[in-house]
Amino acid sequence: MKQFKLLCKSPWFVFGAAMFLFCIFVGVLYPMFSHTDPLLRGALPFEGPSREHWLGTNGEGQDMFSALLFGLRSSLFVGIAAGIFATIIGTVIGIVGGYKGGWVDNVLTLITNLFMVIPSILVLILIANSIEKRSMLLVAFIIGATTWPWTARAVSAQTSSLKNREHVSLAKLNGYGIVSILFMQILPYIMSYVFMVFIIQMATGILEEAAISMMGLGPYDSVTLGQIINQAQKTEAFSNGNWWAFMPATVLITALQFSLYVVNTSMEGIFNPRLRKES
Amino acid sequence: MNNQKEAIILARDLTCVFGSGKKKFTAVDHVDFEIYNEEIISIVGESGSGKTTLARLLLHLQAITSGTLLFNGKPVTDKQEHWRKVQAVFQDPYASFNQFFSVESQLLACFNLFSEKFTDQEKQVRIDNALRSVGMEPAEVKEKFPFELSGGQMQRLLIARIFLIRPKVLIADEPTSMIDACLRASILDLLLSLKKELKMCIIFITHDIGLAHYVSDRVFVMCKGAIVETGHPDEIIGNPQHEYTKKLLEDIPVLHKAWLKE
Amino acid sequence: MTDAKNASEKPKVLLTVDNLGVHYKTRFGQTVQAVDGVSFSLAQGKVFGIAGESGCGKSTLVNGVMSLFIPPLFYSYGSVVVDGEDITKYDSERLRVEILGKKISMIPQGALNSLNPTRKVKHFATDVMRNHEKNLSKAEIYDRLEDRFEAIGLDPRVLNMFPIELSGGMKQRVVIGISTLMNPHVVIADEPTSALDVSTQKSVIRMLLDLMERKIFGSMIFITHELPLLYHVADDIAVMYKGKFVEVGESDQVIFRPRHEYSKQLMEAITKLSTTGERHSEGARL
Repeated sequence: MKQFKLLCKSPWFVFGAAMFLFCIFVGVLYPMFSHTDPLLRGALPFEGPSREHWLGTNGEGQDMFSALLFGLRSSLFVGIAAGIFATIIGTVIGIVGGYKGGWVDNVLTLITNLFMVIPSILVLILIANSIEKRSMLLVAFIIGATTWPWTARAVSAQTSSLKNREHVSLAKLNGYGIVSILFMQILPYIMSYVFMVFIIQMATGILEEAAISMMGLGPYDSVTLGQIINQAQKTEAFSNGNWWAFMPATVLITALQFSLYVVNTSMEGIFNPRLRKES
Repeated sequence: MNNQKEAIILARDLTCVFGSGKKKFTAVDHVDFEIYNEEIISIVGESGSGKTTLARLLLHLQAITSGTLLFNGKPVTDKQEHWRKVQAVFQDPYASFNQFFSVESQLLACFNLFSEKFTDQEKQVRIDNALRSVGMEPAEVKEKFPFELSGGQMQRLLIARIFLIRPKVLIADEPTSMIDACLRASILDLLLSLKKELKMCIIFITHDIGLAHYVSDRVFVMCKGAIVETGHPDEIIGNPQHEYTKKLLEDIPVLHKAWLKE
Repeated sequence: MTDAKNASEKPKVLLTVDNLGVHYKTRFGQTVQAVDGVSFSLAQGKVFGIAGESGCGKSTLVNGVMSLFIPPLFYSYGSVVVDGEDITKYDSERLRVEILGKKISMIPQGALNSLNPTRKVKHFATDVMRNHEKNLSKAEIYDRLEDRFEAIGLDPRVLNMFPIELSGGMKQRVVIGISTLMNPHVVIADEPTSALDVSTQKSVIRMLLDLMERKIFGSMIFITHELPLLYHVADDIAVMYKGKFVEVGESDQVIFRPRHEYSKQLMEAITKLSTTGERHSEGARL
């Protein structure tokens, strides 16, 4: 709790968190109250920004402003879900490997390292390409399934440094089994760390979704920020100078990344004892 | 033969090896000893002598590589059962408690060891009694979190935990080394009074020969994984036999003896 | 403080700390007065011992004596006089060049463990010399280092070794060798042997006292929580408690005839748990 209070005093954290929360707020609220259908072709293609269409229209004549906010919602959803998947898979593998040690750890480390050296974007493209009906949740899962090794590695290192602490021995002497020890004695101590990695995984999720959507392999059931750029690319908005078709989405992705990285860095300054100046 | 029957803990050729191949390290090296009921033993050794590993072997927190370790004449099969009889107090009171849970919930966790069921009220009464026995006011500390307490208070809580479990053997791994000198003696006296009440046996693991002299009936001197000398503390200190013990006693600075100048 | 043998020729005072106060700010904005009005002086060839429990302000005092005020540590009041000048008034650059390593040097516990493992001993030693004499050539420095290491009984070959190749005791000797390179007036030893086993501890202490006798360095501040050790090493002892010196005096007096309530308690606890004290089992049962 003290650490959380300290975080709130850090201007960078407040700035980053406020920016990200604002994005979530807008991304969730706008689609709830908007009556504009982002897929409706209600105007001419590539109309410039006007009172009716604040950010103009795209090559299909769809309203860019509502597409952007619907896209924001989908991208956030994919990013957060991918972050949750990666964090759960990585934490379970890391905590078990780090605690068990020995051959269990060796095998799990091997798997983790294998996943780490395989370029995840390639796997993503291959999987996405081979599955016809890609829902947002599936895309999020695919992203999570390829980015978890970073979490696993961090969690495993933290766990193995904690497992010989005396409170863990004491819990064993109280007769508790491995599951209880992992959840009650180890997890609380690495929670802040896991949360930090979760934030980075979220940022990675948003970025990877944008990357595969740009290649046209994103979810088929919604508009995402990556798809907006993909659309702009297909309709040659770049060469025609129709900046409103791709700039806002690019700026939004960058802003999301920036806010998450700022949050992560400022948290690291507080949670990582090596970076923290102890009094 | 007669001895073997009485011994509460008996070790023969007890060995513990870490790693394998080139990195092989023998922490406990073919150790033999027996410990009798209601005895106070000190295992004295410097860091790296294997005394903490030996303690973990006795607690069955560390697997034995070879040799036998009998408890009450039988090898340990049920760890849960073993931990009802053999418990520990650790060196670092700050690291011994999970800082995310209150004192009360961590004491309640001990009841997990017992097969019989207690009602919540019974548990509370026992906890309150245990806390009073270590000189703490239950109402004052139960709701607190470990980081709100001092090192001495936390060490008392660890001892309160022993009051709850009432084991036959207590392994105290450097129980006073992280506590201020002024409190050290009071913690020791508490442990000794606990011993009297529970009629148990205490094994002190320590590097402090002065402490070993103060409390124990027998002292084991450990060096490089082996027990090199055992005996009554006065014998060990007054008339050490083994080279290592002699050197150790000579090099420890003591107030009443010349240390640097021969 | 007036030893019989020194009565005719009063030894030179190398360091005077007068009413020094140091505070730090916690991360939650509170101010803690960690060192509160500490005064003492240190003469040539003397060892001044500081005893106290963890958290009494010993380590903060070390920084204070070196005038090393790096936030969250701040100077509150008082003075530290070396060679007639109050070094608390120096800026950090002047302090680094003129004082640290040259007039006041520190031997921390387990120092080489925290150093960059990819650099050799001679590189660390070179850093210290370059800090004070900028224009020395490498060959000149290495020559002088070899001579010096030989003179203080260290094998010059360790200069070409990496920290991890040295044993714990050897590391501490090397650290002592490096921190006394500039013949400092005052060496501050903060628990210099607490990470070592007792036999090595004895030989490291012998080396320190030998170097002082040979005037490689002038005097020493020795800090430890281990009182029997302090008694054998120090001429004068100060007992520190909650940032203050509660008792200062000759070692014999402080250890065997303590006056302050806190030091009495401390000494009682030490004597109770010693090999010469009464045993519990006999004392209690019979």
